[in-house]
Amino acid sequence: MSKRWSNTLFVFGAFIFFLAVPWLALGIVGSTYITQLLVQAMFFGIVALSLNLLLGYLGLPSLGHAAYMGIGAYTVAICITKFHMGIVPACLMAMLVAASAAALFGLVALRAKEVYFLMITLALGMLVWGLAYRWVSMTSGDNGISLVSRPQIGPFPLDNINNYYYFAFAVFCLCFYILYRIKISPFGHSLVGIKESESRMRTLGYNCWVHKYICFIIAGFFSGVAGILFIFYNLFISPSTLELITNLEALLMVSLGGPGTVAGPFIGAIFIVFLKDFVSIYTERWLIILGSMYILIMLYAPNGLMEAFKIVRNFFFRKFFSKE
Amino acid sequence: MNRRGHEKKFGRSDQLGRDECLRSESLTKSFGGLEAVRDVSFHIAKGERRAILGPNGAGKTTFFNLVAGDLSPTRGKIFFLGEDITRVSCHRRAHKGIARTFQITNLFFNLSVLENMVLAVQALEGTKYSLFRSITAYPHLYERSMELLAQVSLDGLKDEMIGNLSYGVQRQIEVMLALTKEPNLLLLDEPTAGLSPAEATMMVKMLKKLPPSMTMMIIEHDMDVAFELAESITVFHFGEVVAEGDKEAVRSNQTVQEIYLGFK
Repeated sequence: MSKRWSNTLFVFGAFIFFLAVPWLALGIVGSTYITQLLVQAMFFGIVALSLNLLLGYLGLPSLGHAAYMGIGAYTVAICITKFHMGIVPACLMAMLVAASAAALFGLVALRAKEVYFLMITLALGMLVWGLAYRWVSMTSGDNGISLVSRPQIGPFPLDNINNYYYFAFAVFCLCFYILYRIKISPFGHSLVGIKESESRMRTLGYNCWVHKYICFIIAGFFSGVAGILFIFYNLFISPSTLELITNLEALLMVSLGGPGTVAGPFIGAIFIVFLKDFVSIYTERWLIILGSMYILIMLYAPNGLMEAFKIVRNFFFRKFFSKE
Repeated sequence: MNRRGHEKKFGRSDQLGRDECLRSESLTKSFGGLEAVRDVSFHIAKGERRAILGPNGAGKTTFFNLVAGDLSPTRGKIFFLGEDITRVSCHRRAHKGIARTFQITNLFFNLSVLENMVLAVQALEGTKYSLFRSITAYPHLYERSMELLAQVSLDGLKDEMIGNLSYGVQRQIEVMLALTKEPNLLLLDEPTAGLSPAEATMMVKMLKKLPPSMTMMIIEHDMDVAFELAESITVFHFGEVVAEGDKEAVRSNQTVQEIYLGFK
């Protein structure tokens, strides 16, 4: 069995599994609890996948990437409550504003690399937090903004969590597919080249800055899309969502899942959403657990869970499918 | 265009009547107080093969970095094919036909040989901005890469990761990456550094096969290689050009002998 086929089979299997989750959850666990957690994993997964463009392909660690999700979520909330816009225009605005914010921030952030990039993106992320906290007339400051209800798509009211799950899953699949196409495109290959050696890419004739800038805007755009899913799921956004910890979690999702892999960041997102929920039943200091998990993964599978998964898969494939 | 106008645009032509390829005028690069390249006025004709010699720290690589655009000069001007490129960025210079190799092997170590070549081939094309089509939808990139690899019989290694290959092969690919589009000016920074004598001979053979129209500048410590590949020689010392001319003139130059053999 070739690797390509096993990959296709795996993706197909995962697709069927995620389609079946609402029934499985109701049938086995008897509640929609797992479905709800998976919805969270979907939008955090989109954030992680878009951050993967920066961290995985370009090698730029952004510590302010959840800020674009926050910008998207705030834009939807403000457009609906303050400007009384329709749902669709509000969502379009959210994507536009998130991408424009990325275009603006990219001008500043892309002057730096490595840990300096980390610090600048952190500062920009905190800037967004400060704006949400202080611009009270627009964002209601500390109180945050609440929405009344989720929208309705055709005959399906999204207030039903199962419907919302399928909606989030559809959006997720679309984002996943587009980001995958970008990875295998000439542009995506150029990004990896820039990570490997920027000086070589420059002398070959690539305008590295333009590549990075486009990539930064695309990443911001998709994070903004995640913000739309976020706001309609929670129906509430406040500055606490934009705190450092959300940015940090996004970064951890990518490094845990496997930076530079196609599905790794999503697996990291699922892992962290579930772990966070599970551990916080027992302790409030769940970050300690997360931190130690992170250290373990860095020590034993430095390329993330995907790497660990591949080792296991190759082991079994050699065992069961090889002809020797 | 009258003669003077021609000279103004293309500079003076050399004894063989070849037009100018590259010219620098009192080019200077200082790092803090240190002038790594000082007042270098340099001239190379189209199709010329020039070796750049000089002891360590003489400013040879800095001069290459200035020509290729990796560094911008503190003072002075650079002209390429009659055009002032002093303020032109590195990647734009690549599009104008300046290609270089690095002294310290600078490849995409975690990618395969073929992927390295494909990145180099698409560098000068518009496809590099294509977002939604798979890279495999551009077969000409792969065809050209395989053609280039076949020229140096490395096509059998196409799927190997660069990091896993021998140093000799890496050096070959280092040069191949610069040759994807037949550059007007090729800058080779110690192509044989660290190679075994047999590998070095292979490298020289490969470089000799390049079309004669290609202008070439070679930094080289191995005198045999330098004398075999180049027709003329420029010697750098402490950031300045101390001697220039054909092989014999440089060999018998007093200053050069002092630099290499010590004071008499």
